[in-house]
Amino acid sequence: MRRKSNLRAFVPLWLDRPLLWFFPLSFLLILFFYPFFRILAYSFNVNTLTADNLNFAASVLLFTFYQAILSTLLTLVIGFPSAYLFARFDFPGKSILRALTAVPFMLPTVVVAAGFSALLGPRGWINLTLMNSFGLSAPPIQFIGTLGAILLAHVFYNTTIVTRLVGNTLSRLDPKLEHAARSLGANGPRVWWSVTLPLLRPSMLAASLLVFLFDFTSFGVILLLGGPRFSTLEVAIYTQALQFLNLPLAALLAFIQLLCTLIFSILYTRVVERSVVQTAPRSLLTHKAKTGREKIFVASFILLLSVLFILPMLALPLRSISRLDADRAQLGPIQTGLTLDYYSALFINARGSIFYVPPFDAALNSLIYAGATIVLSLLLGFPAASALAKPGRLEKILDPILILPLGASAVTLGLGFIISFGRLLTYPWLVPLAHTLVALPFVIRILQPALASIPDRLRQAAASLGASPFRVWQNVDWPILRRATLSAAMFAFTISLGEFGATSLLTRPDYPTIPIAIYRFLSQPGGLNYGQAMAMATILMALTAAGIFVIEKMRLPGAGEF
Amino acid sequence: MLELRGIHKTYEGQPLLLGISFAVDNAETICLLGASGSGKSTLLRMIAGLESPDAGQILWDGNDLAFIPPHLRDFGLVFQDYALFPHLNVFDNVAFGLKMQNQSKEKIKKRVAEVLEIVNLTEFEDRKVTDLSGGEQQRVALARALAPRPRLLMFDEPLGALDRALREDLLNELRGILHRTRIPAIYVTHDQEEAFTIADRVLLLHDGLIVREGSPAEVWANPESVWAAEFLGLGNLFEGLTVEGLKVRTEFGVFAVKCGHKHQVGDKVHLLARPLGSRNEANMIRGRVNDVIFQSDRFKVTLDNGLFVYLDEEPKVGQKIEVKVKMECLG
Repeated sequence: MRRKSNLRAFVPLWLDRPLLWFFPLSFLLILFFYPFFRILAYSFNVNTLTADNLNFAASVLLFTFYQAILSTLLTLVIGFPSAYLFARFDFPGKSILRALTAVPFMLPTVVVAAGFSALLGPRGWINLTLMNSFGLSAPPIQFIGTLGAILLAHVFYNTTIVTRLVGNTLSRLDPKLEHAARSLGANGPRVWWSVTLPLLRPSMLAASLLVFLFDFTSFGVILLLGGPRFSTLEVAIYTQALQFLNLPLAALLAFIQLLCTLIFSILYTRVVERSVVQTAPRSLLTHKAKTGREKIFVASFILLLSVLFILPMLALPLRSISRLDADRAQLGPIQTGLTLDYYSALFINARGSIFYVPPFDAALNSLIYAGATIVLSLLLGFPAASALAKPGRLEKILDPILILPLGASAVTLGLGFIISFGRLLTYPWLVPLAHTLVALPFVIRILQPALASIPDRLRQAAASLGASPFRVWQNVDWPILRRATLSAAMFAFTISLGEFGATSLLTRPDYPTIPIAIYRFLSQPGGLNYGQAMAMATILMALTAAGIFVIEKMRLPGAGEF
Repeated sequence: MLELRGIHKTYEGQPLLLGISFAVDNAETICLLGASGSGKSTLLRMIAGLESPDAGQILWDGNDLAFIPPHLRDFGLVFQDYALFPHLNVFDNVAFGLKMQNQSKEKIKKRVAEVLEIVNLTEFEDRKVTDLSGGEQQRVALARALAPRPRLLMFDEPLGALDRALREDLLNELRGILHRTRIPAIYVTHDQEEAFTIADRVLLLHDGLIVREGSPAEVWANPESVWAAEFLGLGNLFEGLTVEGLKVRTEFGVFAVKCGHKHQVGDKVHLLARPLGSRNEANMIRGRVNDVIFQSDRFKVTLDNGLFVYLDEEPKVGQKIEVKVKMECLG
């Protein structure tokens, strides 16, 4: 028997499902699957599959794995003890520290890159301070352009995944299991080894896979912090497509990338399905650090996390209002101190500027794109989520298909657009379309549980009380959906604002977005350009932070974390 | 032999235990009976070494256990929600304690088979514990606690999550196992039927103290306090004033009550009127029948004044009756 949907009042029964699906599926067909097949066609071409190309692809793939594995291991090394810290101990400022460690996950890559640059780059706080105090002529710390920078940024990004996934399991483990083990003769390490760790294994595996997936497809961090020496699949696709105009090779790399991410995504879903753990009410388990060892552990990790997570985010806004070095290659004493010059310079279209428009227009472009992304992704997300909320046979097939774009990397999406719609690239509206593609899976995942939480009985009750279909929607559905809708909208907003991978391939020089502007400023010499990069990154950080704040406020209790 | 001396414990700023002392003899099963939140489970956890008392001593054969960590105490613990390891199958759950003793594989195999037979779960070895029913899970939990041959077994409301029929079956089985293995045991519950079935000795815990201690029959016959009589549901409880000639005046009449309390005239006393009618008693309660409830072998009759009695024959509602009952003074 077919279940009712709220569209039923308006359309014939046999039509409502296909109607719900028509627009989201057409959108995906044209903008995801068609480009996807164009990439396939490009890569399985005799001219593409040369020994040179394959060798290049293999070496890039090798480095991609290498940095992703290293990053994942490092993230676990920091994340696992943090998970333990948050799950088992009470300390002052705990909720603030937890929130702070979660912020980077949603920050745009350009902001993170700018933050680390502001802290550790050649024009960053630490280097300039050292140069000024010791009269050095060159920055003593080489950070940008090293593997270390990539790894650190990845740890900064993804630690919260481990903390949340593993910490969640850890804080819900029934303490009686450990008590039972102890009463059966297991000492501390053996309890840990034979009970706690095996129970944490599924969530550790899930967290590792997810972190690995993000590290594997990382783009902005590698491009901005790694520099030209390091090239992952993602960066190689970008450079091959944009700098060498070698679309076939880029397509081959994109195909490899898609294949890998698909495999990891499937593995991840498998692992998540199996990670069911005996649960207990949460609050009982945390306590204040008592023994000396516990106190040392808690104190050192609070310090470590504060340094790792607060310093880069603090260095950025401070650097954007401080003049520490010369604006241009000027000689003589430099006037240092607080300044708003970098911000006011954003409004001026300087002669010989790398832009055709004042940088401030980039912010306007970003906001317009973000607005378009919100509207588009909600228009497409609502019907898809309504259908998925009451899954039938059709939905079982379509559900994984809808989530596929999530696995595809942004650069791959961008490349697909270039290959498929080359002629149309002159139109700036391709960018919000790409952003919608990235945001849509998230929007659907936010709306679906909210829609599913409304039982049909409520709508039937309202109808039996004399409400017309529209009044039913207005008085039953909307009040329940309002929060989820706002949350989904803000998600689309923050994703669009910070999107860098696809945008960097698709954007027109005269329609830059904020991240593109930051990237251009960062790659130009001179203190003023650097300062403007800091200023724009600070604006972007503030906008994103506001978005995250709204999303967190609107989060449905009990909604999934990832 | 386990001995507790003057155990004190404060929990979240509230005094929970105010000096608990008792001993468990070899092969004896004692039952801690008390309302939820009375600190029974905390007491068990302290004996197991999972928590430490604020004051007082826990001794085994005269040796203080204060610095013996839980894994070296050799005390088995069975939880209400079983706490089986979800990542291990039945065999590995039962074998856990034996593995911690680094026993050989053959010995472990033999012992696991042995205890699984004791709890009637032979051939369950390879089953996942998450697939078992509640009763089966509790048997596995019992087998797991029995396997390493603990010198003391502790049960924390072990049957609380099971339905009534299953509870009775398991309780009788457990009683048999405890008698056969002769392992001393402490059984914690808030259910008096469970306590009276399983225990050689019952300890009533109230307001941080043991208010009554004795065999089930002794405790039943002489609760010694208003709280105990009420908690055990022994009968009608009401107050009265002592008047001349060892009599007590109450709102239900004047009763002649013998007791060893040496009350003065004018003292306020608490009386317990057992509900079972008995011809040999001197005291009589009377009233009009308000309600009659059929209880398989008797009728519970509630009177218009709130008192209740058990009768063999069904009276009519509205009928005036008089019943001779046993009247006790609780001080």
